[in-house]
Amino acid sequence: MNDVETLGDVVAVAFLLLGALLCLTAGIGLLRFPDVLTRMHAGTKPQVLGVLLIMVGAAIRLQGWSATWMLLLVALFQMLTAPVSAHMVSRVAYRRRHVRRDRLLVDEQRSTGKDRVYRGDEPADAPPEEPGPALAESLREDREDREDRGDGVR
Amino acid sequence: MTVAYWLAYGLLGGGALLALIRLGLGPSLLDRVVATDTLLVIIAAGLAVHAGLARDPTLVPVLVVVSLLAFVGSVSVARYIGGMLLRSGDGGQDVGLPQAAEERAGQVGEADR
Amino acid sequence: MTADAATEPGVGGRLAHQLRHQLPLLVWLVVVWNLLWGTWSWANLLGGIVVALAVTWLLPLPPVVGGTRVRPLGLLVFLGSFLVDLVSSGAQVAWQTVRPSGIDRSAIIRVQLRTDSDLLLTILAESVTLVPGSMVLDLDRDRSVLVLHVLHVRDEADVERQRASVLVQEERVVRAFGTADEIAALSRAPGEPFPAVERRTP
Repeated sequence: MNDVETLGDVVAVAFLLLGALLCLTAGIGLLRFPDVLTRMHAGTKPQVLGVLLIMVGAAIRLQGWSATWMLLLVALFQMLTAPVSAHMVSRVAYRRRHVRRDRLLVDEQRSTGKDRVYRGDEPADAPPEEPGPALAESLREDREDREDRGDGVR
Repeated sequence: MTVAYWLAYGLLGGGALLALIRLGLGPSLLDRVVATDTLLVIIAAGLAVHAGLARDPTLVPVLVVVSLLAFVGSVSVARYIGGMLLRSGDGGQDVGLPQAAEERAGQVGEADR
Repeated sequence: MTADAATEPGVGGRLAHQLRHQLPLLVWLVVVWNLLWGTWSWANLLGGIVVALAVTWLLPLPPVVGGTRVRPLGLLVFLGSFLVDLVSSGAQVAWQTVRPSGIDRSAIIRVQLRTDSDLLLTILAESVTLVPGSMVLDLDRDRSVLVLHVLHVRDEADVERQRASVLVQEERVVRAFGTADEIAALSRAPGEPFPAVERRTP
């Protein structure tokens, strides 16, 4: 029963092995890369593809609709949730300055990133705790940004 | 078939081991979050590989739970640190979070240059 | 019809309005419920409807404004190119992790987008983050600026290539899910250039 019989089985096992290989590269990248942001690329990225490959492989092998639907659901959840958690962690990582500045080629956020009003993980349209001062601060930042850019361009 | 079996588990085990090493090394909380996330996804992948190779669908519901657990875990830690950053004036050091190791390494790199 | 409902004519209307806005969510929840059970049956369908109603009633979400239309051809192009991107970039990132020289430099770039719709921006941000090698750090909703962290860029040309690929992806998303107005905005917007931000190269 556990033998590889058809072409489908060969494809499925190839998918499973490829997915497993991608999981290994995720581990290697996690260990080799220099800062949190690049490690997140390594940790979450080959896995989106790896998990998809493994789910497809397992679905081919299992041959039962019930299991196939559930694997489809897992793949869907993974595709929907992986970007959200990656974004939340990376945003906090950037604000906590877990970035090797000397390994960055370009940082376009830093030149305009003087945001002192929103600094945690709150959505940008969340009401600030002290609306008056926060608004004044935000407007002043925008003005400073514009002046900075004007200086830079002209 | 046995070759495929051992190869797949070897690759997954290697990945899980490396993720565990990163989990131990840190150096920061967020590194550990990323490592835990990766570890959980590798575990989910291992369950799916087992289900596929042994044609055994009993573990598939566990897969759904594990894949959602990874998401909930990393989001809650990210929100926790984000909440601390809200009360902080600089990058979180005045509310008790340590200086980012990357920043220190970056400063050393700048000084060397 | 009770007397209460007659004296408050707004209640029924509001409920119908709310139901229409929540319909996609309800359908999605019923589908998830059925997929979780793994088999399709009337009992599962009814159970799913009850659970979906309970979830939307207990944990209400703000409705998606603007609505959307799905264009089959655009959706096909979007999904196909997304899959190709996923595989090719995945292979590239995997190779970068195992090759002896490792990664060189990464970059944080701002991309000025041309769409101004919550739904489209969400789809774009999700698909950009899913493709290996690029990750959304932040989204300035007021100015429609996406802040990305991209892995392994060698020089300025690479940065510009990444920026162009995000804009191409945006176009595919809009052509798949956008309204006619948003597609029109796509071709008009380059006339209004984003003021050049200062580059800081360490």
